Amino acid sequence: MAEDPYKVLGVARDATPEAIKKAYRKLARQNHPDLNPGKPEAEARFKAASAAHDLLSDPERRARFDRGEIDAEGQERPPPRPAGGWRRHAEAPEGGRYDPFAESGFEAGDFGDLFADILARQRAAETAPRPGRDVAYRLSVPFLSAVLGATEQLVLPDGRQLSVKIPPGVVSGQSLRLRGQGAPGRNGGPAGNAVIELEVEDHPLFRRDGFDLHLDLPVTLKEAVLGGPVTVPAPAGPLRVTLPAGSDTGRQVRLRGKGVAAEGSRPAGDLLLTLRVVLGPPDPALEAFVRDWTPQKPFDPREAMDDTP
Amino acid sequence: MMTLEVLCARFEGLDPEDLRGWIGAGLLRADAEGETLVFQEIDVERVRLILELRETLALEEEALALVLSLLDQIYALRRRLGES
Repeated sequence: MAEDPYKVLGVARDATPEAIKKAYRKLARQNHPDLNPGKPEAEARFKAASAAHDLLSDPERRARFDRGEIDAEGQERPPPRPAGGWRRHAEAPEGGRYDPFAESGFEAGDFGDLFADILARQRAAETAPRPGRDVAYRLSVPFLSAVLGATEQLVLPDGRQLSVKIPPGVVSGQSLRLRGQGAPGRNGGPAGNAVIELEVEDHPLFRRDGFDLHLDLPVTLKEAVLGGPVTVPAPAGPLRVTLPAGSDTGRQVRLRGKGVAAEGSRPAGDLLLTLRVVLGPPDPALEAFVRDWTPQKPFDPREAMDDTP
Repeated sequence: MMTLEVLCARFEGLDPEDLRGWIGAGLLRADAEGETLVFQEIDVERVRLILELRETLALEEEALALVLSLLDQIYALRRRLGES
């Protein structure tokens, strides 16, 4: 349960919007996590102040809170404020990108010159008739759609729907371009493009490795020893596969062309099964057999470990 | 890696001209791939920080550059001290 937002900001219940904003700015200045690295209590105070400000700066929600209709956390929670994101990057090794002391690193104004030409050309281009802005969207792609290719629907903020053709083999971070689906052009220029950044979801069974897929396949002791046909889940539907006899846990079986679907001149990837022997519930008959069983070729599976204690 | 359009579209109402201004003023880094400017995840957070300094804390352009420069020095020193 969040604290009383008026207390958090230290203002009276009849404070003016300006007073609330001022109190919030003061707290934000003192406690912003990016300005207070290494002080988690500052981050907590900042989050509390942000939540309190979110609630009290909206006249409608403030009135509802005053009437007791919503609690201090608000009925619909505001989206989490991502403050503090800079600190995580700046304290990690990649923070060297903005290191003013590094020899080959960052010096204010330095790389600005480097791009002066590019920036000038980009600006000059803008006075001419120019195409509309590209508008970026993110689209979450189900794992199997990225493997087999599919058409996914993207719902735009204005309610329009775009059909996005996903070619097989896309990966997270890749973006697709839909011509003319961006912002309208200026000075008679053409409309911009929709740039769609893809995020491929994970799959509970399959794992991608380039264009190959990996699947851990549990097998019974009998299937491992004798081999034989089993049914295996595959992206395009179950497959009937004949396992080789005498398979250990860890044995790989390669199903050619059953991975990521082919596209253009790129051939389809493979589906690699990694067998995992599962004994299942205890079985008295199996126990009796193993107890009386003398292997024809006794061996020590841990032999190779002797050299590496 | 992302292009200027993708970076810009991550923030509502962010004008590409603002981004170019920050790059020109040395507040934001970019890498050049031919004629295209590309950005990394850390640059996204940099933009978020700049926007927060400008909008939430109401910093003017010159104060903002000063604060960023001080922050960069603090974080560089903290990294050297190996603290977290």
